[in-house]
Amino acid sequence: MAYSDKVLDHYNNPRNVGSLDKNDPRVGTGMVGAPECGDVMKLQILVDEETGVIADAKFKTFGCGSAIASSSLATEWVKGKTLDEALKIKNTEIVNELALPPVKIHCSVLAEDAIKAAIEDYKRKRAAREALAGKAS
Amino acid sequence: MQRMIYMDNHATTPMDPRVFEAMRPYFMEKFGNAASRNHRFGWEAEEAVEKARQQIADLIGASPKEIIFTSGATESDNLALKGVAEMYAEKGNHIITVVTEHKAVLDTTKKLEKHGCRITYLPVGKDGLIDLDMLRDAITDKTILISVMYANNEIGVIQPIREIGRIARERGVLFHTDAVQALGKVPIDVNADNIDLASLTAHKIYGPKGVGALYVRRKNPRVQLTAQMDGGGHERGMRSGTLNVPGIVGFGEACAIARREMAEESARLARLRDRLMNRLLAELDDVYVNGSLEHRLPNNLNMSFAYVEGESLLMGINDIAVSSGSACTSATLEPSYVLKALGAGADLAHSSIRFGLGRFNTEEEVDYVAGRVIETVKRLRELSPLYELVKEGVDLSKVPWTAR
Repeated sequence: MAYSDKVLDHYNNPRNVGSLDKNDPRVGTGMVGAPECGDVMKLQILVDEETGVIADAKFKTFGCGSAIASSSLATEWVKGKTLDEALKIKNTEIVNELALPPVKIHCSVLAEDAIKAAIEDYKRKRAAREALAGKAS
Repeated sequence: MQRMIYMDNHATTPMDPRVFEAMRPYFMEKFGNAASRNHRFGWEAEEAVEKARQQIADLIGASPKEIIFTSGATESDNLALKGVAEMYAEKGNHIITVVTEHKAVLDTTKKLEKHGCRITYLPVGKDGLIDLDMLRDAITDKTILISVMYANNEIGVIQPIREIGRIARERGVLFHTDAVQALGKVPIDVNADNIDLASLTAHKIYGPKGVGALYVRRKNPRVQLTAQMDGGGHERGMRSGTLNVPGIVGFGEACAIARREMAEESARLARLRDRLMNRLLAELDDVYVNGSLEHRLPNNLNMSFAYVEGESLLMGINDIAVSSGSACTSATLEPSYVLKALGAGADLAHSSIRFGLGRFNTEEEVDYVAGRVIETVKRLRELSPLYELVKEGVDLSKVPWTAR
């Protein structure tokens, strides 16, 4: 299978590889997929509490080149966006940007799921913290 | 363009120049039809075909009359299974085979099931080998055929062919083996092994594509087949169609070379394979050899590199031609059924690479490949959330994955 130049670029120079401290209250972590299925993506966001903007994002992916590229691209795209803006990122935009063939569409779906899961995790942590703060006062 | 290293010799092999030279005259000058009985063109073609038949027979201890030419091993497997099922339908309808067979066998047995055959698919152990007691227990008075491949195309594991042949002979059941990967790598002796039918192909032994053969035993017992291709009655009526003379000449030459050089070549390939394996095992953690090392083709290495997906690994070593059991590299989008049959878990199938060494691979290439694989696995593990979790001490089997 031939890969698009953009997939190759992300595979060879993945952006924002790494991990954020998942115990940091400002960090949301999304882990989607399963090893038996051949893809697992971990995507993390660091949210600026003042502005509600995603200040940083990191990923690690077990999967094919297209899965690596989709998650690498996802971290680039969420950075600088508010949570609501990031939630609007659609897998079809990833497909178009990376010129993914039909058999690789599931990689883009997984990347979209990873963004959503990270945001959900962040929101859940924040809600728990606020509930705790409410009780304390 | 950068130079590519070819290390996928289970898929196909480059032609040996000596084979090509042997074939050359049979395209333009000696173009005759081997079935033309009344002129020189036909005679010289027939003579060339008979020489090749002898060369092929010699490599497996058969007599030349027992070699039926086909278009390749897929056709040979089809002819063996369907031909026996049809010919011996009155005797029985039960066939025994193995879950790790090539699709040319498994898809054929599936078709036969639709036509009233009963098929037993023997499982394999973690080493890839069948259990002979299970084979014995599976035989009934309706069993007409046992079909077990000589050596597996993915993991190179060699089945206990001689024992299987003995069991088949004792129970009066025919024994077919797909010997494609074993031919020219390990000594095959159809008489010592009690093989009744064997599928062979030229392009895995440095011969041309599009030509294969089926060995069909002629005595003790005399095996009969119902032809699957009707026509001019070529090949003792078992396979009609004008013979592919240049291809057959090439197949014969490839067998003659293999017969002369096999012992030395297999020893060399085993040395190279072990060199590759030892380096990968020494420099990487969590890598596993799939299938038995002891009962294995000398040129095969199939390894899983845990926490790294196979297709992404292939992408990183894109100047090296090898193959993977990863779902992403298969037409069906399923991970290797052979590796899954070993019970290793689908995750290790996704992480597997098959190295198939061949006549033209050098020690220098092996060292280069080892280095590239090691560097790429390390790089991809830096990217792998699974590797990170394991390093943190997490048991991956306990993680609640969001399987889709």
